[in-house]
Amino acid sequence: MRVLFSLAALLVLSGCGSSDIWGWYVVNPMTPAGWTNIKFLVNGMGATILLSLIAASISMVLGLIVALPGLSERRGIRVINRVYVEFIRAIPLLPMLFWVFYGLPIVFKSMGLNIQIDPFWGAIITLALSDSAFTAEIYRAGIQSIAKGQTEAAKTIGLSYIQTMRYVILPQAIRRILPPLANQFIYIVKMSAFASVIGMQELTRRANELVVTEYRPLEIYTLLIVEYLVLVLLISAGVRWLERKMGSDERG
Amino acid sequence: MTQDAIEMIDVDKWFGDFQVLKGINLNVKPGDRVVICGPSGSGKSTVVRCINRLETHQKGVIRIGGVVQDGSAKALEAIRSEVGMVFQQFNLFPHLTVMENLLLGPMKARGLSRKDAEARAMKYLERVRIPEQAHKRPGQLSGGQQQRVAIARSLCMEPKVMLFDEPTSALDPEMISEVLDVIVELAVEGMTMVVVTHEMGFARKVADQMVFMDEGEIVETGTPEEFFTAPKSQRTQTFLKQILSH
Ligand SMILES: Nc1ncnc2c1ncn2[C@@H]1O[C@H](COP(=O)(O)OP(=O)(O)OP(=O)(O)O)[C@@H](O)[C@H]1O
Ligand SMILES: [Mg+2]
Repeated sequence: MRVLFSLAALLVLSGCGSSDIWGWYVVNPMTPAGWTNIKFLVNGMGATILLSLIAASISMVLGLIVALPGLSERRGIRVINRVYVEFIRAIPLLPMLFWVFYGLPIVFKSMGLNIQIDPFWGAIITLALSDSAFTAEIYRAGIQSIAKGQTEAAKTIGLSYIQTMRYVILPQAIRRILPPLANQFIYIVKMSAFASVIGMQELTRRANELVVTEYRPLEIYTLLIVEYLVLVLLISAGVRWLERKMGSDERG
Repeated sequence: MTQDAIEMIDVDKWFGDFQVLKGINLNVKPGDRVVICGPSGSGKSTVVRCINRLETHQKGVIRIGGVVQDGSAKALEAIRSEVGMVFQQFNLFPHLTVMENLLLGPMKARGLSRKDAEARAMKYLERVRIPEQAHKRPGQLSGGQQQRVAIARSLCMEPKVMLFDEPTSALDPEMISEVLDVIVELAVEGMTMVVVTHEMGFARKVADQMVFMDEGEIVETGTPEEFFTAPKSQRTQTFLKQILSH
């Protein structure tokens, strides 16, 4: 919080200084044009949040599906998990984004499918895929931290694999899984900035567009960074609250 | 001729290159009470875990209630419906109350209604003499109480055979008898059981077949009478001398 206030103070002060470099001309809330610009920038927040939320949700489900074979006793099944995780983790986000947005429709076309990928879904698919390798590892570690005896006891009272996961393992593993998963959400929020390069109208894209028309990169990108900072610090506070809650549950 | 509850014929098992079980032969008839003892690492737990297929054996035949254990779904079903297991470390589900621990199997695996499952759970909690703890979490109970809950959880599945793997080894001395008393009662009521234990007083009281294992083999079997007063093998004698001198 203190960081936020001091940053705000810095902005206000430098604004008062009215030096040419730090002057807040195009994003000045006092002038009608400045206010319109600010609204234009901040309106990208909705897209950034929506993009991140949907991608994170898909990644949470996908990650669990990928994590489960990684917990198998049989090596042949574990390999599926390892190949997926190592492969996806090795691909940088930007090339993956280009491949999904520009390449995947061609693959679809060759299969006789007429599926267009718009920037919104292109970004979501890429973010979810890329993140799923990390969420899969978080699930795997969380589930492995639950003692083997729990699975065995569940077996001896006749529970199936799915029932064992649903009623015995996941409810216990969730305390270990949820905090790192929430942290991983911060990664998605930050990486969602890449969506700007395929034309997704989120925070970064809007800042870029404004820079092109206003020629004031310093103040516009500063504001952009502040937008991300506010978003990420809010999520961080949420994660810490969650961690405290989980911790106190454990003792109770 | 009645069907054997458990039949093990020339069972071998390896962990990698290491042979844990060497030609195990064991017959348990309905109503039998078998006590397995032997030094640490001799394969006692592995025998019990092969019986309910927490471990798979590589050679030989295991039949549970006449059904050959080949890993098929039908064979597994026979185990899960006939064999209960109590672990050294209790393995209760810590995030659930005692009652919920007891409801899970009957409701989810057997499809009982909540009402029927609760009635059954109370019946067995009374049997192990802790009905008043039903709404606590396992972590709030003493070790002896936890193990009795674990026994009740197994009984809720109404198994024909109960396996106990050192049920009192993780307990403080003053709690051992409350757990053994419950097991003795089950034995008196005619429950078929296989018990791995070092509690020789208990073994003398309930066993009708003693099994001594060493280095993956069954070295000696016999009635408690023969076993404790006139052990045949040298290894059994040494083991008994050690354990009874405590
Ligand atoms: N999962 C495993 N992988 C490899 N070796 C194992 C495994 N489980 C057991 N063993 C080994 O097999 C042998 C027999 O183990 P087991 O647990 O059956 O012995 P035990 O008679 O029950 O001993 P204890 O009295 O210590 O419980 C031991 O040498 C043990 O180290
Ligand atoms: Mg053992």
